[in-house]
Amino acid sequence: MNKNDYWRENIRLVLMLLSIWFFVSFGCGILLVDYLDQFRFFGYKLGFWFSQQGSIYIFIILIFVYAWRMNRIDEKYDVHETDEFGDDG
Amino acid sequence: MDVQHLTYLFVGLSFALYIGIAIWSRANSTNEFYVAGGKVHPIVNGAATAADWMSAASFLSMAGIIAFEGRDGARYLMGWTGGYVLLALLLAPYLRKFAKYTVPDFVGDRYYSQAARMVAVICVIFISFTYVSGQMRGVGIVFSRLLEVDISSGVIIGMAIVFFYAVMGGMKGITYTQVAQYCVLIFAYLVPAVFISILLTGKVIPQLGLGSTIADGSGMYLLDRLDGLTTELGMHAFTQGNKSTIDMFFITAALMAGTAGLPHVIVRFFTVPKVRDARISAGYALVFIAILYTTAPAVAAFARINIINNVHDLVYLDAPDWFSKWEDSGLIAWIDKNGDGRIQYSGGAALEGVTPRFIESRGLHGERLVANRASSNANELYIDQDIIVLAHPELADLPNWVIALVAAGGLAAALSTAAGLLLVISTSISHDLLKMTLMPGITERQELLFARIAAATAVGIAGLFGIYPPGFVAQVVAFAFGLAAATLFPIIMLGIFYKRMNREGAIAGMSVGLVFTFAYIAWFKFVSPETSNAEHWLLGISPEGIGTLGMILNFLVAFVVSRFTPPPPERVQAMVEHIRVPGKASQGVTT
Repeated sequence: MNKNDYWRENIRLVLMLLSIWFFVSFGCGILLVDYLDQFRFFGYKLGFWFSQQGSIYIFIILIFVYAWRMNRIDEKYDVHETDEFGDDG
Repeated sequence: MDVQHLTYLFVGLSFALYIGIAIWSRANSTNEFYVAGGKVHPIVNGAATAADWMSAASFLSMAGIIAFEGRDGARYLMGWTGGYVLLALLLAPYLRKFAKYTVPDFVGDRYYSQAARMVAVICVIFISFTYVSGQMRGVGIVFSRLLEVDISSGVIIGMAIVFFYAVMGGMKGITYTQVAQYCVLIFAYLVPAVFISILLTGKVIPQLGLGSTIADGSGMYLLDRLDGLTTELGMHAFTQGNKSTIDMFFITAALMAGTAGLPHVIVRFFTVPKVRDARISAGYALVFIAILYTTAPAVAAFARINIINNVHDLVYLDAPDWFSKWEDSGLIAWIDKNGDGRIQYSGGAALEGVTPRFIESRGLHGERLVANRASSNANELYIDQDIIVLAHPELADLPNWVIALVAAGGLAAALSTAAGLLLVISTSISHDLLKMTLMPGITERQELLFARIAAATAVGIAGLFGIYPPGFVAQVVAFAFGLAAATLFPIIMLGIFYKRMNREGAIAGMSVGLVFTFAYIAWFKFVSPETSNAEHWLLGISPEGIGTLGMILNFLVAFVVSRFTPPPPERVQAMVEHIRVPGKASQGVTT
């Protein structure tokens, strides 16, 4: 097991997910909101949708993707928790 | 049955449920009292976190704020949910691996310093008390209006319930009660939202209703109609922003980082069995939270339309029952500027001064008179934004049982959050202050006793806040988030992601963040409130958003100071290595 590789892969995943996090909330919901408002998404203006609905849905997806990817990375580097370990925690 | 009896019934049933759960899940050890034995299932923890997190502010105030502000209300929607992404990706799994009881535990151990631990304890206690006082106002509003008991008795009843399950059950009791409270509050929030969505748009799901056409045969989108109505009445259009982009940016960031740094939320992730549970549990928590948070904007838009349609231009003498009841509670005021006996609702504040100051006498039409001067615009209606969620079902003529349900939901939201905060306060005192600092020799039994005494004392003080609400409650909420963002969040994050961060850097960063943020908010909220406007603000950032700047300063100062001072000792660097990896390498480490 190489701890540095494990940590680097973790950081890369976190940075990727946080850039999406930043883009949908601060980007689409705040900085670009007036520009996006010229487009429609059903009855919503698109910028308004991002700021009051869309960003929240995407946040949920980000956390589940993180949990799923991290579990895979844990297993790849053989640092996942075994069941015996969990019981005494 | 009438509303009042139904409310008694629903509130009584829900309280009986909470007490039953408390008896069933009594805590027997400090481990159970502080972190529920570390055996909580991630979905259960997710629901408990959601109830812990969604307070009177989320349940009662947020939709009201969005209803009146329109698009700008998004800072709360994004800020209070986006923080969970930071929490899940940057803090929760590592703090779970650290496997102690509190945030000051982490700060004290990671920065090998009692001084750092004490600064963290002070921040935690200050943030939690600030927050608890806000919950008490929520409890007071529900009791005084819907149960028609006076606020003091209402607060005492609420405190007695919290006392019972927080002091007996500790984290274990609170966790399972919060799951029940989540179910009550989400049901109570969704039922009226679904009803009103069907009435206005014909759509069952409020999130879809908000984006669809209004059901009056006009084929117009609901939000376009609302933009039209608001513009027509001289208000800014609902889907337009009013705040500057930089202020929106900084407030949202402060709320996000503040959410991730709030101690009562962080501590919930100490209760799950494994690191992988902490990761996924944050996801479940956000799903449970998002159900309410994506419904809130729909409730807000529906309420704004209903107020305009049902109240604007209404003859005061024909106003429905609920209108005069809220007027009696002092949360609605009407001032007949043009003397036509009708309620005109339009842009701008109806009164000068923030809230109405009622006088004893009544006006020509029987309305309560106010001492405030009338403002120069045509708006005659003052509505406290905190009543929107409670008043909306009545406004939309929903059945009585829905109104009673909302009251039970509002109480569930306020009590669940109050309990979580009180537990954090009691843990800070018994564990961080007594066991770890002042009286390290006490046994576990004594520590548990002190934890219960501290919880009981904290309940008492919070009750006093509720009965004699300090006038500054609304203002100090900015403190809670600003300080969490400027102190706890950066210092925990650096402790995990920057191994070289040392004691000197952390204390310097935390102190600068604390002093800067505290001074800025105190200046504009208390010392010189009349200059609190974009002209005088630093870079146009309001006190609500200044925590973001405090956080940036904290990061910078901590980094620079740490470069010029010795690195942390070997054992601390080994600890950082240890918490970065979930399993294997560290088997045998127990809580």
